[in-house]
Amino acid sequence: MSVSAMSSPAASAGSPNRSRIQASLRRRRNAEKRFRFYGIASVTVAIGFVLFLFSTILHEGLPAFWQPVVKVDVTFDPAIIKVDPKPVADTDQSPAALRRANLDWQRKVTMVNWNRIIENSIRAEAPDVEMSARDVQFLVSQNERYRLRDMFVENPDLLGKTVPIELLASANVDVWLKGDIDRSLASDRQQLPEAARMLADRFYEDGRIRMAFSSVLFTNTDSRNAPAEAGLLGAFIGSLYMMIIVIVLAVPVGVASAIYLEEFAPKNKLTDLIEVNINNLAAVPSIVFGLLGAAVFINYFHLPLSAPMAGGLVLSLMTLPTVIIATRASLRAVPPSLRQAALGLGASRTQTVFHHVLPVTYPGILTATIIGVAQAIGETAPLLLIGMNAFVTTLPVTPLDQSTALPVQIFLWEGNENRNYFEPKTAAAIIVLLSVMLALNAIAIVLRSRFERRA
Amino acid sequence: MMFNAPETQKMNATLAPASSSNQSSAALPKTFQTVRTPDPEPRKVRVHAQDVSVFYGPKQALFDVSIDIPEKAVTAFIGPSGCGKSTFLRCLNRMNDTIEGARVSGTIQLDGEDLYDPKLDVVELRARIGMVFQKPNPFPKTIFENVAYGPRIHGLAKSKTDLEQIVVESLQKASLFNEVKDRLHEVGTGLSGGQQQRLCIARAIAVSPEVILMDEPCSALDPIATAKIEELIDELRANYTIVIVTHSMQQAARVSQRTAFFHLGILVEEGPTEMMFTSPAEKRTQDYITGRFG
Ligand SMILES: Nc1ncnc2c1ncn2[C@@H]1O[C@H](COP(=O)(O)OP(=O)(O)O)[C@@H](O)[C@H]1O
Ligand SMILES: [Mg+2]
Repeated sequence: MSVSAMSSPAASAGSPNRSRIQASLRRRRNAEKRFRFYGIASVTVAIGFVLFLFSTILHEGLPAFWQPVVKVDVTFDPAIIKVDPKPVADTDQSPAALRRANLDWQRKVTMVNWNRIIENSIRAEAPDVEMSARDVQFLVSQNERYRLRDMFVENPDLLGKTVPIELLASANVDVWLKGDIDRSLASDRQQLPEAARMLADRFYEDGRIRMAFSSVLFTNTDSRNAPAEAGLLGAFIGSLYMMIIVIVLAVPVGVASAIYLEEFAPKNKLTDLIEVNINNLAAVPSIVFGLLGAAVFINYFHLPLSAPMAGGLVLSLMTLPTVIIATRASLRAVPPSLRQAALGLGASRTQTVFHHVLPVTYPGILTATIIGVAQAIGETAPLLLIGMNAFVTTLPVTPLDQSTALPVQIFLWEGNENRNYFEPKTAAAIIVLLSVMLALNAIAIVLRSRFERRA
Repeated sequence: MMFNAPETQKMNATLAPASSSNQSSAALPKTFQTVRTPDPEPRKVRVHAQDVSVFYGPKQALFDVSIDIPEKAVTAFIGPSGCGKSTFLRCLNRMNDTIEGARVSGTIQLDGEDLYDPKLDVVELRARIGMVFQKPNPFPKTIFENVAYGPRIHGLAKSKTDLEQIVVESLQKASLFNEVKDRLHEVGTGLSGGQQQRLCIARAIAVSPEVILMDEPCSALDPIATAKIEELIDELRANYTIVIVTHSMQQAARVSQRTAFFHLGILVEEGPTEMMFTSPAEKRTQDYITGRFG
């Protein structure tokens, strides 16, 4: 506006307007400030919750990645290991007979009192301490005797020799040393006997017990008689099988259905009905899918209980609607001008979809897929209904073997009666599960950026 | 997006004058008749449309349009926005097939061949009648791939060198080659708006169409880019039959030989461009080109 226009009557008539505008401006600015404050406040609260959650889990779970080990000199005492030498191949012996002799020998080796050998090696470390055999057994994890046996079977020349070995300490020692149990409790309420507590403290001080990285967590399955050796590998493999089944089943079927429904299907009552049903399926509670799985896959198709196969099928069903809906959304987001360009050049409908529409939607479909798979991997409820909360100590070799899954393992450990020991272990399992999720998301981001660069 | 084959109704297969068909469809009281002025020296007719009506669902967007489009000339469609220019243009290469709920009736022929014959393959048709859209819409691929796509899917190139030659020639014809010859393998979406539109023209030319349809090809461009495209259209006229929709009357006057004026879904008047802009026969044409409405 020019200066002369400002001084004209029309402009002076505008001055009350101007003050009105200024007043409303103040109001608008305040509203904006308020809104920004609300926004920042809610983001802060959300981040606060996340940080709290993560710090509690990390605080609780990280120590569980380290477990105490006792370094002792183990003597393979011939006075205790009273077995014949390992059978060797004779010329006049058939292979079957040799195998039989070998098995016989191994059984005898197993019968050896390995606990005694462990006991002696501990006693040798603290000759001055008065202790019973039971006190000593409390120190070392139950299954370490099988480790000694296996070492001997592998190498019978150890007979009579003394070797330094790090034995895994028992879960109770772990709890005691980490202070996960109240150390001031009366002796009769402690998990360890007096002598064992004393020994543990002494060994920890002089370095014969040290905290070693807990590799058993990643190499073992669940264990009840030796909680110190309980690991996640079985559950991890179960989850891995289910993830593969979901990727192989739900993703191609979901993406193909979405492409068909979005790009090719005629718009009529039937496709409307299908669309409504897919949306409803996405909202069905996951436990209902578990019921369905139990009824269909277990009762009707007689798939084995607790098998990743049945679990994977249930999770696939559950993931399907997510994948379809997200894929359709990303297909719908493709600008119509791209389709017109291809169709206008004489590309067929299929060529248009596969040459032009799909390539630009890959990142979206990929993200949808990974979100769906991550969701499936974290699912617990439906797996409980098909028996995947079984206590399984063997590694599943095929998807038809009994197994559990990472989130179910978390659920099981959380409910374990040895709370002092399994609470940190549960948090550790949660960290592992979250790491798997983060890894999946990282893969999604990397693939996404790669696709986008190529497009 | 759904795929609906349009129901083709040949209301009037004979080449009766437009007015007679108006009486035959009694549902709508129509008292219009297109005013036609032939060219002083008649050109060969390439596309012949007879009584074309288009419905979007229940709504009729185009009423019994009949027009002949001559060879090796530029025909401009003008008219206020919403009058059905794009709708009619899309009928000419059956792009209305891709619009849900759209229905076309009437006859359209290319060299005497019915475009809406159920036996005709739209894919082949669209290779013969190319289209350039209002907003430049290159594929998010390289410049080379943009131009090579058409020839490739139609199997026009016998070898790789053949294909390269087609791409280069098409870019040359679209006067874009010199600007992009060093970056044929960069993405086409990185070009300026005007260059993108010429890339789209090159892409259309690459399949050697007989007719090129352009729907307001310059409306998203600045005046300099517009001038270049207009120049290009003028050059292309020597070899192609071109139909251009434009909302700019100056542009119609500059590039076209014949002009058709649409209003409210009706083809009001068509004739030689010079005559349409100097002495239109219809009052509504007169009003529109003098800017009294639109
Ligand atoms: N896809 C569509 N669906 C429904 N109505 C449409 C569609 N496209 C165009 N129309 C209607 O048809 C009429 C003509 O449109 P159009 O051909 O785009 O006009 P122009 O190109 O002359 O501006 C308008 O009234 C418009 O609303
Ligand atoms: Mg238009």
